[in-house]
Amino acid sequence: MSKITVKERLKINRQTMPEQLATIRNANFAEVNLGLPEQVAIMEAQRCLQCKEPKCMSGCPVNVNISQFIDFVAQGNMPAAALSLLGDNALPAVTGRVCPQETQCECECVRGFKGLPVAIGYLERYVADWARGHEDQLSTSVAAPTGKKIAVIGSGPAGLTAAGELAKLGHAVTVYEALHQPGGVLVYGIPEFRLPKAIVAQEIERLQRLGVKIECNIIVGRTYTLPELKERFDAVFIANGAGLPTFMNIPGENLKGVYSANEYLTRVNLMAAYDPDAQTPVLRPARAAVVGGGNVAMDAARTAKRMGAQRVAIVYRRGKAEMPARAEEVHHAEQEGIEFELLSLPVEILGSENRWVTGLKCLRMQLGEPDASGRCRPEPIPGSEFVVECDMVISALGSRANPLLTHTCPDLKLDKRGNIMVDDKGMTSIPGVFAGGDIVRGAATVILAMGDGKNTAKAINDYLRIVQVSRI
Amino acid sequence: MHKIVAKAQLSPNVTRLDVEAPRLAEIRRAGQFVIVRRGEGSERIPLTIADSNSASGTITLIIQAVGRSTRELVAMEPGEAIQDVAGPLGHPTELISSGHAVCVGGGVGTAVVHPIAQALRRAGARVTSVIGGRSREWVIMEPELRLLGEVVVCTDDGSYGRKGFVTEATRELLAAGGVDIVYAIGPVPMMRAIANLTRPFGVRTIVSLNPVMVDGTGMCGGCRVGVGNETKFACVDGPEFDGHLVDFDLLSDRLTTYRELEQAATACAPGACRVGLNKI
Ligand SMILES: Cc1cc2nc3c(=O)[nH]c(=O)nc-3n(C[C@H](O)[C@H](O)[C@H](O)COP(=O)(O)OP(=O)(O)OC[C@H]3O[C@@H](n4cnc5c(N)ncnc54)[C@H](O)[C@@H]3O)c2cc1C
Ligand SMILES: Cc1cc2nc3c(=O)[nH]c(=O)nc-3n(C[C@H](O)[C@H](O)[C@H](O)COP(=O)(O)OP(=O)(O)OC[C@H]3O[C@@H](n4cnc5c(N)ncnc54)[C@H](O)[C@@H]3O)c2cc1C
Ligand code: SF4
Ligand code: SF4
Ligand code: FES
Repeated sequence: MSKITVKERLKINRQTMPEQLATIRNANFAEVNLGLPEQVAIMEAQRCLQCKEPKCMSGCPVNVNISQFIDFVAQGNMPAAALSLLGDNALPAVTGRVCPQETQCECECVRGFKGLPVAIGYLERYVADWARGHEDQLSTSVAAPTGKKIAVIGSGPAGLTAAGELAKLGHAVTVYEALHQPGGVLVYGIPEFRLPKAIVAQEIERLQRLGVKIECNIIVGRTYTLPELKERFDAVFIANGAGLPTFMNIPGENLKGVYSANEYLTRVNLMAAYDPDAQTPVLRPARAAVVGGGNVAMDAARTAKRMGAQRVAIVYRRGKAEMPARAEEVHHAEQEGIEFELLSLPVEILGSENRWVTGLKCLRMQLGEPDASGRCRPEPIPGSEFVVECDMVISALGSRANPLLTHTCPDLKLDKRGNIMVDDKGMTSIPGVFAGGDIVRGAATVILAMGDGKNTAKAINDYLRIVQVSRI
Repeated sequence: MHKIVAKAQLSPNVTRLDVEAPRLAEIRRAGQFVIVRRGEGSERIPLTIADSNSASGTITLIIQAVGRSTRELVAMEPGEAIQDVAGPLGHPTELISSGHAVCVGGGVGTAVVHPIAQALRRAGARVTSVIGGRSREWVIMEPELRLLGEVVVCTDDGSYGRKGFVTEATRELLAAGGVDIVYAIGPVPMMRAIANLTRPFGVRTIVSLNPVMVDGTGMCGGCRVGVGNETKFACVDGPEFDGHLVDFDLLSDRLTTYRELEQAATACAPGACRVGLNKI
């Protein structure tokens, strides 16, 4: 293919992602984004200026070699693009779909200074999906067995990434997962219409082909203790996520029809309650209110809509600009007819005589002075009470550290919020025990968890070498 | 996969399954439970580990067939395997090592009380069990409990043991004095009645709560119960609590959340029927 000049590159407009029509998709669980056709992907890739010092890479927590894989796409050389991408990112079909690109790689892209950035996420997804269909053309080499055994606790993005990296280095890796299916939030939290479970399963199979063993239904802290695992393995990586729901602590929270987002999404996703034949029940009310402004809230609201709710309101105490959710999710939610009750603070959940939810009483807020985080602090307006009528309330206020494992291991140093403290290598207060992902950071993002998995795998490898040397 | 190695019918609607789970057989303690998922697509349901045999690597589940998931489990035969068994979950029972413990079991709760009685006896306590059923054929676990101490059997119709409810027999034991602790496990109304009975006597009373659960690890909050004006997650904070502090009204109310949906599911053949599933 002939070289394209910068001028030609600059002329190309950002391509758009084909998506299901909002009025159709809000009643089904099929993926919203349909993926770029090959010609469109190549066109988008040609927009990349192939910067000498690509700024985009500094925005990516795992340092994907963005300009390289995009260059291969621009040339139509998909096998090379896939090998490049997979070398940096163990789960690109996932991150291409769920990374908050607008605050990471894409927000650093120079093309964004004048116009729109290169659609790095769409291209990543394109290459990853191509790779899923052409596994035979991609071989990954695994180092000779080292004889070292490593236990990974939790099969979310942090655990899976670490497991893959460690397996490639020749270590024998066993992942222990508490639930009956691996994937962490990717399978129990993020809904099918945003991240199909079959894709997560395929990414996991790729890791299993590298030799990663996954044992489900093992709850570390109950089935095995951390000290037991430490005995049996040369190193342990804790990546058990932030699986503890937050409730609002307002009256009425134990009424029937009040869910944590974790419970609601687990019932619908992991237990497949969206399928009418599924055995796990879930309430399907006509009107739902979802409290929160992050990805979790958007997912819960859009799920409730698809489960048949006629009206779904997101109730958030700050303004739209302050919402921590991915921009695309907010946009999609609006298109799908989700209502937004912004600057609203829930104060009480109202119930019927039979203790079913009938409404969410809120106060209107106004934005005051910026607080420590730089966001304006919302303050209630006295006397501004109003009721969002609903038969279901979902609390999507984020998750905290689940103490099930950490409580059974008092030697593990925790911070005030119950998260595990680690040094700059990801090692905890117990030598040989490492941790990463949400259990260290608090609820964060898929790619940060993966970055922890990747970096900690390196640190574990170094640690094992040092231990070996010091033993000789 | 967890193979079923033995099966027995204990009463018209209570079945015992011995299931391979070597790790659980080795480490489980009284009061703990497992989350069971029969196969692909099945619900996750909590069941108490009623007994275990570490030599054969099996745990015992005693299941009352009340709805779709429990009915499907008790329909399984030896040689078939349950796909997922996760645990042991929940806190082990708080035990006493001397003195007199009264273990009250109603219905399938008798199966849950059995491992507690066993552990109390091993710890050195004297155990009296009070168990009940509608009539003779509904009384379960009597021989097993007899091995551990005195057993008072009550039947509603007087066809076996004493005529009357377990509460009456328990009241007499309390009145006679010398009871240090009571464990009451069974239907919510029974546990509430026993807790009300022991309160004036100031006898510590442990009940085991059975809210609807999903993960069993504290992740979803669906199992929330009220204990002493606080919300607790039964799967990780319990399932056993001080019966004098439990909000039984809340528990029985929350247990009705899926009643309509479950009844529809129970009424239909598996997979065949969708009637009523989106009613509520
Ligand atoms: C609904 C929802 C939507 C989200 N959307 C996005 C998004 O669009 N983009 C984005 O970047 N991020 C998103 N996030 C955040 C992101 O999913 C998390 O930051 C990320 O999954 C954290 O990864 P992790 O590996 O640390 O933990 P997790 O994904 O939480 O995985 C932890 C795993 O460990 C298991 N486990 C827990 N305790 C034990 C134990 N004791 N023994 C064994 N196993 C155990 C858990 O069952 C789980 O499978 C979302 C989160 C939620 C809940
Ligand atoms: C910690 C714990 C330990 C348990 N141990 C045992 C045990 O050892 N043996 C046993 O037989 N059962 C036990 N249970 C109860 C058992 O989990 C439920 O009976 C089961 O989940 C019902 O599922 P189903 O699909 O068969 O019935 P469903 O169709 O879900 O329900 C049928 C009917 O039972 C009611 N119901 C639903 N869930 C419960 C519940 N958790 N408790 C009481 N009623 C309920 C419903 O409202 C409905 O009316 C335990 C529960 C808990 C929380
Ligand atoms: S992993 Fe995420 S942040 Fe990194 S390049 Fe891909 S989409 Fe961007
Ligand atoms: S900053 Fe933008 S234009 Fe430059 S290499 Fe990265 S993606 Fe391409
Ligand atoms: S069952 Fe989910 S938190 Fe207890």
